[in-house]
Amino acid sequence: MAAPGPMATPGSTPRWDEQLQRRLARGEETALGELYDQLAPMVHGLAGRILADQAAAAQLTREIFVHVWEHPEAFDPAQGSLRSWLGALTHRRAVDRLRLRRAAELHAPDGPAEDEIREVATAARMQYVVDSLPQSLRETIAVTYYDGRTYQETARRLGISEQAAKQRMRLGLELLATELAEERARQCAAHAGGEDGDGGT
Amino acid sequence: MTTTEEQHDALRSLLGAWALGACPRPEAAELELHLRACSECAEEAARLREAAGWLAVDEPLDQPGSLRQQVLDWCLARRPAELPVPAWGLPYSAETAKLDALLRDLGPEEWQEVVELPWHGGTEYLRPAEVLCHLAAVDGYLALALGLPDPVPAGPGGAVAPAERRVPPQEPAAVPSAPRVPPQGGRFAGITERSARLAADQAGRPPQSVRARWRRQTHELVRTAVLASQGNTPVDYGFATVPLRDAFVDRAFECYVHGEDVARAVAYPYAPPAPQHLRQMVDLAVRMLPHALAGLRAARPEHAGAPAAPPADGRDGRGGRLLRLVIDGPAAGEWLIPLDGTAPDDRQSGPPGGEPVASMVLDGLEFCQLAAAHRDPDRLPVGEHGDRAAIREVLHALPLLSRP
Repeated sequence: MAAPGPMATPGSTPRWDEQLQRRLARGEETALGELYDQLAPMVHGLAGRILADQAAAAQLTREIFVHVWEHPEAFDPAQGSLRSWLGALTHRRAVDRLRLRRAAELHAPDGPAEDEIREVATAARMQYVVDSLPQSLRETIAVTYYDGRTYQETARRLGISEQAAKQRMRLGLELLATELAEERARQCAAHAGGEDGDGGT
Repeated sequence: MTTTEEQHDALRSLLGAWALGACPRPEAAELELHLRACSECAEEAARLREAAGWLAVDEPLDQPGSLRQQVLDWCLARRPAELPVPAWGLPYSAETAKLDALLRDLGPEEWQEVVELPWHGGTEYLRPAEVLCHLAAVDGYLALALGLPDPVPAGPGGAVAPAERRVPPQEPAAVPSAPRVPPQGGRFAGITERSARLAADQAGRPPQSVRARWRRQTHELVRTAVLASQGNTPVDYGFATVPLRDAFVDRAFECYVHGEDVARAVAYPYAPPAPQHLRQMVDLAVRMLPHALAGLRAARPEHAGAPAAPPADGRDGRGGRLLRLVIDGPAAGEWLIPLDGTAPDDRQSGPPGGEPVASMVLDGLEFCQLAAAHRDPDRLPVGEHGDRAAIREVLHALPLLSRP
């Protein structure tokens, strides 16, 4: 079986990324539109899940796309896909905003608020990973989990063998589990760093 | 309790389904028994179940349709485009993006819904992926005009012979066999045939791949048009030739109409075109109206109201009657429609003198819906002043602009 990474989507190959970057640099309005069409669901979805506020999500989406349009050179294809770059950028800025909001509400970004932020950020990250799964895996998981089917029913519905259905479910969840572990590790690192920073102010 | 290697592998392959709660009870019980004895499987089971727990998150916020335009406008205000999309390309960009956003959210069952696509000659019944094939096949006329590849595979000479082919492509003049199709049905044989050929070609593919292919083509079209054309390039639809700038507005209009057809079938909301785009659609329909009026009179001579023939005043039709169309709502504007002439293209140079014989006032969206044969001309709320027969005639001519 091919082993596409969780970020592999049809519109987001390295070639597509670099072509689009060049076109953005040239000032092609169509490139801006294509960028938006391809990545706005991810950017807006991620912003919306973290910020849970329609206006704030729209504003952050606007900010992210302005950033890419004004600084297409800031994207470095050597460091990963355009999608993952924008995902990380959105995630970072959204969480920053959430922290500011919580700090303003509570005057003290202490334990429970931080835990909550981590929880929200992880949920958003996982949903983003689910959305980025290869189509066949995502479809299998969605039909099974959200519609409450057995794997036999899913196999029939999708016209695949029961064996293939089981394999897809296992592989899909395996990819999610891997991302989850990485996200946790990232947060632990960030949290440790964050405490140092807070201590200094 | 011991388990053979084979049993272990069989049970292990169930872990994903088990973590999703998708095993029938006896299989789940057997697996859970195994987990107590097998630490390897137990560890994977815990990992997968933990991952599955994160599937149950809230739905994301719906992306408001207006956000796209807001974000793009905001970006372009900060850094103007060096290669902007001309105004005639914007409705198409917006409408294809809107339809794509709707399709992105469709589940497997929704892709199986049957979409009703009414036009003045009847109603087509297609699944969403077939609607996309239809849109892509007609967009293919623009692709050809721009030197891009035709999305529709070569005709029946090729290896693939679609069973449902109804009219041989080289004989568009042949009258379709179905007797209830009005005489004009023949004009659109090329469109119907191309759509069916592309749908047959794509029939075995997953809907999302049909969507991806359609979407790629829409992006390619706009991009190529921006780089290569001033908008005058002639586009041959088979039954008419129009400049590219009009063809793009026409395609935006059809994309909106069928996008709404799909949305209706899957019970999703669907936003109308932006006001400035709607105005461009109204303008195109107004310029096409004289042809529709001629078609109406040819088909139903008794319908032509009092002056059945253009007034014979020796001014080659240029002195004919006018109707004032007032569009209200967000796309507000005014147009003068020549009722007896067939030379509407030089609207800019000012119509021939004379007071309009009638005025009609209606909403821009309703006007477009009527032009798509999605409204009953006799039940549309219209403000009328002056010659009622002339107004009725225009209202009945408008749906003739629709196509399969």
